[in-house]
Amino acid sequence: MTDDDRVFKALADPTRRFLLDRLFSRDGRTLTELESELDMTRFGVMKHLRILEDAGLVISQKTGREKRHFLNPVPIRLVHDRWIDKFTERRVSALTDLKRQLEEESA
Amino acid sequence: MTATADDTASTTQIYRVFIRAEPQAIWDAITTPEWTQRFGYGLRDDYELRPGGKYRGYSNKGMLAMGLPEVAVDGEVVESDPPRKLVVTWRMVMDPSMAAEGFTRLTYEIVEGKGGVTRLSVIHDVAGTPGHGAMVAGVLQGPGSGGGWTWILSDLKSLLENGQAMTTYQGDW
Repeated sequence: MTDDDRVFKALADPTRRFLLDRLFSRDGRTLTELESELDMTRFGVMKHLRILEDAGLVISQKTGREKRHFLNPVPIRLVHDRWIDKFTERRVSALTDLKRQLEEESA
Repeated sequence: MTATADDTASTTQIYRVFIRAEPQAIWDAITTPEWTQRFGYGLRDDYELRPGGKYRGYSNKGMLAMGLPEVAVDGEVVESDPPRKLVVTWRMVMDPSMAAEGFTRLTYEIVEGKGGVTRLSVIHDVAGTPGHGAMVAGVLQGPGSGGGWTWILSDLKSLLENGQAMTTYQGDW
């Protein structure tokens, strides 16, 4: 599997995207914290975190007794540069801007 | 205010990229002015590579033309272990409000892997410096455009693997 494959695979799951969103809103969470927000066993959450780590999207660091999880956005940037920039950036950003604008208006 | 676990958790940022290059090439790209001008924001970084040595990031011509001071970033070398580890204190002095926040602590870790691929990690401790934290996370550049370490490291990867950076700020030295 290539690096890109691992990133796409990691992103192709709602639980893993949820975990990334949680780390985006606040980095450095422990497994216990992440687990408390999901209706899933500890083992299940660990499995998802493992896939995210294999893709390089999450980096874990031991601090004291706890292991903390950090979001690493670099692989997403690389996928973006390779796949999105190349073909569609202008149109995609116009559409995401429109979506944001419409959602803000309706909020 | 006592620092809680949450404070600690949210004040370290970690970025990692795998680059098809020798550790020494990555070390040189980070620590020598000839290279640092060629990727990311294109500052001319000058390090005295010994503990207590001076670190300065000099503005390029484009930045000077915008009225920014000659020294954009200042700090001090804490640890220099070429080509594996560099720890510096790091402060954005080009912006008065960030200069007032004081120093952050920046660690580069270079680990040689298999098949000519090297792992570069940037660990930026931005405790107590929210302005720095937002800037190096790329928040100030708005959604979609990237910025911060994510962009710098992607750009460094392009430079070392393809011989040229993709989107480097054209400093025109």
